[in-house]
Amino acid sequence: MQLTVWTYEGPPHVGAMRVATGMERTHCVLHAPQGDTYADLLFTMIERRDRRPPVTYTSFQARDLGRDTAQLFMDTVRAAQERFQPQAMLVGTSCTAELLQDDPGGLAAGMDLPVPVIPLELPSYSRKENWGASETLYQLARTLAGPQAPAPGGDRPAREGRRPRCNLLGPTALGFRHRDDVREITALLDRLGIDVHVTAPLGATPADIARLGEADFNVVLYPEIAAATAQWLQRTFRQPYTRTVPIGVCATREFVHEVAELAGVDPEPVLADEGTRLPWYARSVDSNYLTGKRVFIFGDATHAVAAARVATEEFGFQVAGLGTYSREFAREVREAARRYEVEPLITDDYLEVEARVAELQPELVLGTQMERHIAKRLGVGCAVISAPVHVQDFPARYAPQMGFEGANVLFDTWVHPLMMGLEEHLLGMFREDFEFHAEAAPSHLGGTGSERSRSPEAPAGESAGNDMEAAAPGDGPQWTPEAEQELRKIPFFVRGKARRNTERYAAERDIHPITVETLYEAKAYFSR
Amino acid sequence: MDFPIIRERGQNEIFCGLTSIIWLHRKIQDAFFLVVGSRTCAHLMQSAAGVMIFAEPRFGTALIEERDLAGLADANEELDRVVARLLERRPDIRMLFLVGSCPSEVIKLDLQRAAARLSQAHAPRVRVLSYTGSGLETGFTQGEDQCLISLVPELPADTGSAPSLLVVGSLADIVEDQFTRLFRAMGIEDVRFLPARKADALPAVGPGTRFLLAQPFLGGTARALEERGARRLEAPFPLGVEGTTAWLRAAAAAFGVDEPRFHEVTAPAVERARAAVERTCEPLNERRIFFFPDSQMEIPLARFLRQEAGMELVEVGTPYLHREHMAPELAQLPADTVLSEGQDVDRQLDRCREAHPDLVVCGLGLANPLEAEGMTTKWSIELVFTPVQGYDQAADLAELFARPLIRRAKLRV
Ligand code: SF4
Repeated sequence: MQLTVWTYEGPPHVGAMRVATGMERTHCVLHAPQGDTYADLLFTMIERRDRRPPVTYTSFQARDLGRDTAQLFMDTVRAAQERFQPQAMLVGTSCTAELLQDDPGGLAAGMDLPVPVIPLELPSYSRKENWGASETLYQLARTLAGPQAPAPGGDRPAREGRRPRCNLLGPTALGFRHRDDVREITALLDRLGIDVHVTAPLGATPADIARLGEADFNVVLYPEIAAATAQWLQRTFRQPYTRTVPIGVCATREFVHEVAELAGVDPEPVLADEGTRLPWYARSVDSNYLTGKRVFIFGDATHAVAAARVATEEFGFQVAGLGTYSREFAREVREAARRYEVEPLITDDYLEVEARVAELQPELVLGTQMERHIAKRLGVGCAVISAPVHVQDFPARYAPQMGFEGANVLFDTWVHPLMMGLEEHLLGMFREDFEFHAEAAPSHLGGTGSERSRSPEAPAGESAGNDMEAAAPGDGPQWTPEAEQELRKIPFFVRGKARRNTERYAAERDIHPITVETLYEAKAYFSR
Repeated sequence: MDFPIIRERGQNEIFCGLTSIIWLHRKIQDAFFLVVGSRTCAHLMQSAAGVMIFAEPRFGTALIEERDLAGLADANEELDRVVARLLERRPDIRMLFLVGSCPSEVIKLDLQRAAARLSQAHAPRVRVLSYTGSGLETGFTQGEDQCLISLVPELPADTGSAPSLLVVGSLADIVEDQFTRLFRAMGIEDVRFLPARKADALPAVGPGTRFLLAQPFLGGTARALEERGARRLEAPFPLGVEGTTAWLRAAAAAFGVDEPRFHEVTAPAVERARAAVERTCEPLNERRIFFFPDSQMEIPLARFLRQEAGMELVEVGTPYLHREHMAPELAQLPADTVLSEGQDVDRQLDRCREAHPDLVVCGLGLANPLEAEGMTTKWSIELVFTPVQGYDQAADLAELFARPLIRRAKLRV
């Protein structure tokens, strides 16, 4: 048993729902109790979808358990098929029905339905949402495209004068900016002279899934959801697939080269006209203040690894911490962490993430909605880079994360929470000014940064740090009251660093308690 | 009364009882609600809370994992470990509810026994109780009923003969304070509330206890209180001016408050509230309203909207119809009111589309899709999260229904 308050991912059947809801003419029947219908609101409220998810729940109750839940399941499947007339049906269980062992797949197979039925095994007690989405897409592809598989051996059919074409794999309903990424990458591919054959699951019908094998290659946008399917398509249809996720300018350029190679087209015209402002904005002198900002990154593996690269190569930040909740992709994150010489954090316990952020005291957090809350509590700026999503992550405007326009979006979004360069200097010089007091937030953020001092339940950044120190009694460094006072005059966004450096300096020299002198000795010692 | 009742069995689009933790954990300030369930349960809590109330909420989930399913002894030990860790982290907790879920019920994890064991282990600092919020047993607000049922045996015995008044059901603190002032002004001094704001300030109960249900979903709690000798005062629910007056009057009658006194105390509030309701209700007059089942508040709300706002009732859905407790409400509805109990959501949607009402009261899963079809909706969950009971909230209550209509009339896009 694990104690949790907030979860990064829902159960695996929510992943199945994300696939089904992204698709057209598909219906999913879940063997589940009534409360599980809550998941509908993820789509209708968070994503503001204008249709109910194509999901029917058996909503069995205690009184059904003594009777025949299997019959209830079959009645529900039949009624859903008749009412919604889908091209294909998915059937599966949520956590509770998994324990009943009614075997929905077997039951549905025996019903002689007029449409293909795809049974899903969704182990709720060991797997999670992204795995569920991946498994659902994979089973859809196997069942619907599998019969089209060519005989083993032999080459792919010749292209016959048409433009090269690829599938876009991975986008789902409720995905973090999936809608906009698809538009951006489709346009990018079009400029390269490549057609998108099928985008799946988002917007695809079961008939489209059956045509997946007709493309020349696959573009994997979200490996957490599409890698397994892409691998199967490679084995079955000999379709190669892309490994670069086009987030950031550098990765997008690599992606352009990669797809140009796979499609046999010339990448140069596109690269000569990228249409991104990020490289110039990053070089503009006002961006100097971004140099070496310590950033903590957490999210799904794909977005976290991509953000780490963009942060270092395109913003000039320093990665202070890197982690993911995607255990299935822990290896990729560990590799990246090694490159940035930080300890990888692989966990789905947000309390651990919070402790790590408090410990590292970064100047910026790039994370999920969870880290946004953590950062708010600790008084650090934060930009959201990954699911889990919130209604705010579905902006009305076009805001992709991928491609050259995506890079523009990243520049704006990540710089926004930070103090601007000159403002930072003024704060440093006049820290006693009542408007520039130590808790001041970036002026363009209208005081949200000082919320922690108002909200009674949100402890100030340092108290979280103190809590951690308190956890190891006797080890905590001692500060004289004067030194503490002096520390408080340092603006909050560098105060964490000052505290850490001073304590390290003191510990290495066995100085205690820490005095005002120690503080300035440490400052001189560490100054770059 | 014989109403035409549509009884259906199909997909229930209703949250499970776990959801009531979202207001209960705010109401009882030193209690923690530990759901023993799956990732689904944790995800439900997080999603239904809508915005994440991040400042460590007083609820959490002990996630049953694969290895817990292997053997029960193991699951109990695991639970003990999780609880010990939790209580260590949260020294402010005085009462811990172990809340059962569908998975914990299906694997027959005995939370009552676990609660007894843990109560002993953590006495006297923390009392550990258990109840079920599972979707197999409870829908949405029934979770509060189960929670309060588990509290009833904990209430101290009131052996005195002096009558006391107990108000049962979570109310916003501000509403409790208003009611307390009104009762005191009538001369009813001893007014208690269940649930109490503090777990260690539980109201005493005994044969002298007369109780009023402030919420319509507390059938089990009422029975448990009656078993402890308390007597229920029959009344409609305190929604709207008329409902509030009738509800207060039931207490006044039981406590021997005479009519002039009652009138003197309530008249200013009634007058003020009537004027406010009248102003607010204008857009609702003669509009047709359709209720999907959700919180069991539907029938009292329908009564209020018809009686005080002049709305026409197309269909009033309720997840469960408690005939006895609902009798004073039903008596005020026209005999041809269409009621529905239980749900087959697809068929109910068919009926709703066919009737094309002016306003649809429904859950979060249905609201936007219906708006997209051109209907105007009011999400029902807001009705349990907002102070709506009593005189001074009557206009706010009407406003919750009027706002979607006003908004639709305003928008030009
Ligand atoms: S319906 Fe059951 S399994 Fe689903 S969230 Fe509620 S208690 Fe958990």
